[in-house]
Amino acid sequence: MTAVVTATGLTKRYKTSLALDSASFQIESGRIVGLIGPNGAGKTTALKAILGLTTFDGQLSVLGLDPRKERDKLMEQVCFIADVAVLPRWLKVGDAVDFVANTHPRFDRAKCDAFLARTKLQRGQKVKQLSKGMIVQLHLALVMSIDAKLLILDEPTLGLDILYRKQFYQSLLEDYFDEEKTILVTTHQVEEIEHILTDLMFIRDGKIVLDTDMDSLGERFAEVLVGSDMAAAARELKPLDERQVFGKSIFLFDNVSRPQLERLGEVRRPSISDLFVATMKGTYA
Amino acid sequence: MKTFYWLVKREFWEHKGGFFWAPVVTGIVFLALNFMGIVLGEVFGRRNNWGVFKYGEMSFRPEDMNNVGAMVDISLYAIAGVVLCVTAIVVFFYCLGALYDDRRDRSVLFWKSLPLSDTSTVLSKVASAALLAPAIAVVIGVIVGLAMSFLFTVVASMHGVGLWSLLIAAHPIRVVLTMILLIPLYAIWALPTIGWLLLCSSWARSKPFLWAIALPVGAGVIVSWFGLMGFAGLSSEWFWKNVVGRLLGSLAPGGWVGNASPLSGVGHDDPASLMNSMDLAYHYSALASPSLWIGAAAGAAMIAGAIWFRRWRDDS
Repeated sequence: MTAVVTATGLTKRYKTSLALDSASFQIESGRIVGLIGPNGAGKTTALKAILGLTTFDGQLSVLGLDPRKERDKLMEQVCFIADVAVLPRWLKVGDAVDFVANTHPRFDRAKCDAFLARTKLQRGQKVKQLSKGMIVQLHLALVMSIDAKLLILDEPTLGLDILYRKQFYQSLLEDYFDEEKTILVTTHQVEEIEHILTDLMFIRDGKIVLDTDMDSLGERFAEVLVGSDMAAAARELKPLDERQVFGKSIFLFDNVSRPQLERLGEVRRPSISDLFVATMKGTYA
Repeated sequence: MKTFYWLVKREFWEHKGGFFWAPVVTGIVFLALNFMGIVLGEVFGRRNNWGVFKYGEMSFRPEDMNNVGAMVDISLYAIAGVVLCVTAIVVFFYCLGALYDDRRDRSVLFWKSLPLSDTSTVLSKVASAALLAPAIAVVIGVIVGLAMSFLFTVVASMHGVGLWSLLIAAHPIRVVLTMILLIPLYAIWALPTIGWLLLCSSWARSKPFLWAIALPVGAGVIVSWFGLMGFAGLSSEWFWKNVVGRLLGSLAPGGWVGNASPLSGVGHDDPASLMNSMDLAYHYSALASPSLWIGAAAGAAMIAGAIWFRRWRDDS
């Protein structure tokens, strides 16, 4: 596997705050990576740095290119959707397809027409006449018809209803993703992408606090349902988090051996959202 | 080149209202006003029993025909000039918004997701402002002018005046050609204003209009106040005319006329020789004036600045 993105000591300082604090990470090709963090943690800044939309300190190589210097070349291989509302409102559906078809060397027009045929979009409609869900269908049709190596999604389903959200990720998986492609996605709706991710990164205060693939996530973290009699014993193992449900306690452990945990109670794999809440405790305090 | 063509096309899609419909509507309003004026004249004429004008056989001497033709040419220029003025106003605001509006509504993130270089994006906007918009205005202006002459001819022939022969003495094709050929000169002359507005549009985080107006006017006021230019042997009028005026007013059509060679413009009593003296060579003699070239160089530098800011300013 080759690295699509390699960041070393990525730092971005705004006038009053540090958006990225020496973040280092690597994204391999053929992965679907979730970059998850609370508001203001530096997610969007990290994506902007990768896309060459902002200056930064440190080292960053995307597909072997420096996004600051070689952005024009980079954008032939990289695509992004930065939330739903960025298609210009005056643009017509047909004009949008014509424009991208004539300016993007890796655009496949037949593919795009096929995607659009599955929707209610018509060539003559302007973006401002479309609902949010239809705008994202159009944007997704355009982007999925581009044979890009890296696709970056920044809150792509914000404000969409659940039908469009499900459809969005389903299309991505079924019609777009393959082992040649890499997807980097940020979202707050963690539950919805949990099952499609291959890798997970947590970012907090500009630092990468967790960087793991989903398989080792299940090995490393465990959630244990503990009766009140064993709770004290469980607390001695230094759980990350503890919450109460129906008179029992649920503990979240990091790197505690399985047999040890199984003695306490029922062990299961934690959901990303529970893991997230536990990791980010005290962020806004 | 293909990408550039599509970029310009994109500008036209977005600004069809300003680039195309604004001059068309101006022309229609212009024609309608003149038509109403003619009808009003006819009605008054009949009501007050001025009688119907009837001219007998009139014969024009060849030099008169020449002058009448030149008059029609001048009115064609004037009408196209009116349309061009409207386009100039449209282009002024187009330039102010060209690199700002898409940052405000965040659609810049969509354009930046495509492999389009910032240089060609900005240059496509320069081309739209300096070449495309004036070309559309010239064509529409001349069509309106011809419709206008046609209207007058019809009215005149209703009164028994054969103006068809007069109309034939005009040179609409020469007018169109002259105006088309003047567009490159217009573009060079307008560069400082286009560059300045694009620079503000690209640089301002908010209210580009305010910055674009306030900075040069403020500088002008300060210069006048302190009489700073007095030290350099130049008056503050010089600053207003050559800095403030060129930064904000160079889109006005024919702005270079004061800078063209003054010799050929004087001493003509009749329209035909005036028309002959105002030919392409006269206009292009403005190429010899330093104001034109210094302005163009400054404009190019400001466009380069706009490209740089386009690269690094984002939607925040």
